[in-house]
Amino acid sequence: MVPLSYYLLLSGILFVCGVLGFLIKRNIITIFMSIELMLNGVNLSFVAFAAHWHALSGQVFVFFVMVVAAAEAAVGLAIIIAVYRTRETLNVDRVNLLKL
Amino acid sequence: MFHLILFLFFGVICVAGAVNLLVQSHPINSALSLIAVMASLAAEYLLLGAEFVAAVQVIVYAGAIMVLFVITIMLLNAGKEERSKGSRVAILIGVPGVVIGGVLVAWTLLHRSNAEAVPIGALKGDPSDIARLLFHDFLLPFEVTSVLILIAIMGAVVLASRPEAVARGPRKDG
Repeated sequence: MVPLSYYLLLSGILFVCGVLGFLIKRNIITIFMSIELMLNGVNLSFVAFAAHWHALSGQVFVFFVMVVAAAEAAVGLAIIIAVYRTRETLNVDRVNLLKL
Repeated sequence: MFHLILFLFFGVICVAGAVNLLVQSHPINSALSLIAVMASLAAEYLLLGAEFVAAVQVIVYAGAIMVLFVITIMLLNAGKEERSKGSRVAILIGVPGVVIGGVLVAWTLLHRSNAEAVPIGALKGDPSDIARLLFHDFLLPFEVTSVLILIAIMGAVVLASRPEAVARGPRKDG
């Protein structure tokens, strides 16, 4: 028997790690991976609450979150490739102009 | 008791992977530690009795999405990241703020929530039940996400193709 709060704590730790990575990291791909980490943390709390309230719809929502994350990853990585093609850098500090 | 040990084992792997993602300076190392996080999260889902979500986690997240990431890292030949100087005020205010917030949240979750323990396996997490929910109650969102995926694929193809190729239009000989 694992208390619900343990799962919520783990989910919170993962989310905070994602936020920290988003703020600290300077590589655009790593920043993107931090967003995925945040989504994973939220998914864990979804499943934990679904198990706690015996409501299966929480798992269905995790499924939808995964679909949106997949779409986001495809579009985001394409944007990263386009940015790299024009700027030739992955450092977000150097991507500071909207138009070249 | 056994469940608690398994939870702690995979939870420690999870947190270690997440911290390693922050510490590593090369993106491929971060990607590999993110895969470790996702695999151990799948194990946590299994502990919660959500077999379908665990399988989808491994297939979609650890499989498809992370392969996209690794391919992009190798395609762009991403090297070590350059550190930039952060401001000192952010560290002076931010670190104590994070510590205080974390302690408050942990204390609230552990002592002030009247949450009962999760009985493992009590959830009827049968894939057939989820399928009934997905294709019956959530049919419209399901179909909308399929359109979303289609749009995302087309957008990715347009964004990642070379600009001159877009301007020239589709090739005649291909």
